[in-house]
Amino acid sequence: MIENAWLIPVLPAVAFVVIVFLIRQFKMLSALTAIAAMAVSFIISVGIVWEIIQGGATMKKPVEYFVNWLDLPGLNIQAGILIDPLAAAMLFVVTFVALLVMIYSVGYMHGDPGFSVFFSYLSLFSASMLGLVVANNYFQMFFFWELVGLCSYLLIGYYFHKPSAVQANKKAFITNRWGDFGFMLGIFFLFLVFGTFNFGELAKAIPKYDNVAFLTLAGILVFIGPIAKSAQFPLHVWLPDAMEGPTPVSALIHAATMVAAGVYLVARGFVLFHSVETVALVVAWVGGLSALIAATIALVQDDCKRIMAFSTMSQLGYMLMALGVGSLTAGMFHLTTHAFFKALMFLAAGSVIHATHKQNIFEMGGLRKSMPITTWTTVIGALALAGIFPLAGFWSKDEILVAAYTEGAYALFGLASLVAFMTAFYMFRMVFVVFWGDEPEGQHAHESPLTMTIPLIILAFFSIFSGFIGSPLVETGFFSYVYYKYPHPPEPNYMIMISSTVLALAGIGLAWLIYGKKSISAEALKQRFQPIHTLLYNKFYIDELYLWLFDKVMLNISTAFNWNDRHIVDGIFDGIGDLTRAAGARLRFIHTGSLQNYALVIFAAVVIIMLWMAVPALGGI
Amino acid sequence: MITLEHYLILAAVLFCIGLWGALAKRSAIMVLMSIELMLNAVNINLVAFSRFLTPDALVGQVFAIFVIVVAAAEVAVGLAIVINIYRERQTSFVDEFDWLKW
Repeated sequence: MIENAWLIPVLPAVAFVVIVFLIRQFKMLSALTAIAAMAVSFIISVGIVWEIIQGGATMKKPVEYFVNWLDLPGLNIQAGILIDPLAAAMLFVVTFVALLVMIYSVGYMHGDPGFSVFFSYLSLFSASMLGLVVANNYFQMFFFWELVGLCSYLLIGYYFHKPSAVQANKKAFITNRWGDFGFMLGIFFLFLVFGTFNFGELAKAIPKYDNVAFLTLAGILVFIGPIAKSAQFPLHVWLPDAMEGPTPVSALIHAATMVAAGVYLVARGFVLFHSVETVALVVAWVGGLSALIAATIALVQDDCKRIMAFSTMSQLGYMLMALGVGSLTAGMFHLTTHAFFKALMFLAAGSVIHATHKQNIFEMGGLRKSMPITTWTTVIGALALAGIFPLAGFWSKDEILVAAYTEGAYALFGLASLVAFMTAFYMFRMVFVVFWGDEPEGQHAHESPLTMTIPLIILAFFSIFSGFIGSPLVETGFFSYVYYKYPHPPEPNYMIMISSTVLALAGIGLAWLIYGKKSISAEALKQRFQPIHTLLYNKFYIDELYLWLFDKVMLNISTAFNWNDRHIVDGIFDGIGDLTRAAGARLRFIHTGSLQNYALVIFAAVVIIMLWMAVPALGGI
Repeated sequence: MITLEHYLILAAVLFCIGLWGALAKRSAIMVLMSIELMLNAVNINLVAFSRFLTPDALVGQVFAIFVIVVAAAEVAVGLAIVINIYRERQTSFVDEFDWLKW
């Protein structure tokens, strides 16, 4: 199966081309083509995972195929496939989530005028992400990285007639450009020093290289890419706005195809990020701070998709923190489980939005009765996200906490525990407000069609059970395949398990008291902590800060540059032109038009040349 | 006894007269005639050098005949131009041929 891995990204790409150029008029056929291509990719991915469980490839002995894409003296760029357990886990997650999202979209996008186009975009999006996952070198990864950015632009702006969607996709694209720029500079620096983009060759060369300053610079530059792509502070601003896209797209972006790319890059370039202590610390702290910032903002938002967006940012922060403190296993494990329950949460939110046509959670309520499947799958997803035993999130989050604790990063450990509490609170705040409480006037919700509920049920199943593959309960699990240097079987740390569960339960309990039972008034709390609430509600004013920076600082600098361009640069060239013209205006008078003048000049010149040649002192003969 | 120097002085005088005529005369006919003078001054030089320096070879004389042929052709073309200009502008004064100036 592994030798067929190249088909995984190629099939959805072919589906994209076929849909766009051949069968766009036939809506159902387009959807089926996209789903069929993705299903085959999924089956191949399952085959690869199976072969890896059999020992077909390990982290130390990956399977690599490549051809030389560009072979010039001093510049060799490969196009290749690199399959190791890390890539296989990602392939499984991406194809699985993309497949379910596509099936779900058949119901969600029903009757949309751009139905076929939507499926073609989804195919291209998945193809780019899968190409990124199997890449065997930084250059190929960068290529697909850009494609992922392009597809997110297309999909976030899918409702292009809405001005807010157009603003959001521009914001996402431009914010990502910042990251891409850093990433690009980083890999070019690496290429300058090591002369290769290949992951394997770099992994061999980097530990032998001892210029710490250079490695720090290159590592941080490359890390700017994941900061933007995985929506980490301070380049996270695009993610909440990305909610303007259709909800299945949000699920895809948040679970599998976009934000996971950043975390995957950090895992793929683990050697680089851990070659210098500083870079690893930066990764860990950017992750930790983003987790905290996002969780606090999520506490007070009232748009259900925005709450989820900040939750994603927070969970991605967890993953980067795990990678930063040195546990590749924990970070990737959380990425895997998170993909299942975050896709579930988004698809469930889509189901709710589909039924109520609203996004503000305080305009909904009591949906428990009319939408039982959505309700219970959401509860499972929320429990998994909150990290309640024995759901998926419990095992993966626990592993991150243990990793932070055993590596001695106690500040990060405390911060992560606090975030765990807040996560439980804001998820159940949403659950209680939307599904419990009283139904508002004029709400005629009904359960969504089967194409939408079946993916929810499948994802709920995975949200419950996928955690066991990496739990300390099994002999050989996720940790025996995906690791850095040597496997680290998780050791159950009961103190952390209990404390994190207690914190999560406390969060759920507090949410129940405030929003379920209403024995603590949310309004009163809001009044009491008005400044904090305003600060959090406005997302720490980071958007406003960027706007100010743009309006006041950047535009002024641009005005200065504009002046320089108009007056100094243009001045030099206009001056040269003016000078030439003025000289010409005066010199033309020597053209008298009189033949005898010309003859005199010619004769005088002949005489001068003769004299010059004849006089020895002037070099004559 | 007439030596090479006598011929050279004669040629130089002729050349200078020709040059002065070509540069200073107003009439185009006179300019063309002056150019003939300059060419013939050169011819005298050629024949004289040939006669005094290489008496056995007729190189200079042959060259002079070439110059005469080319001069005849040049005068034919020059006179044709002058006649055409005269028909167009009713003048044959060189200093009025100035419609190419600035």
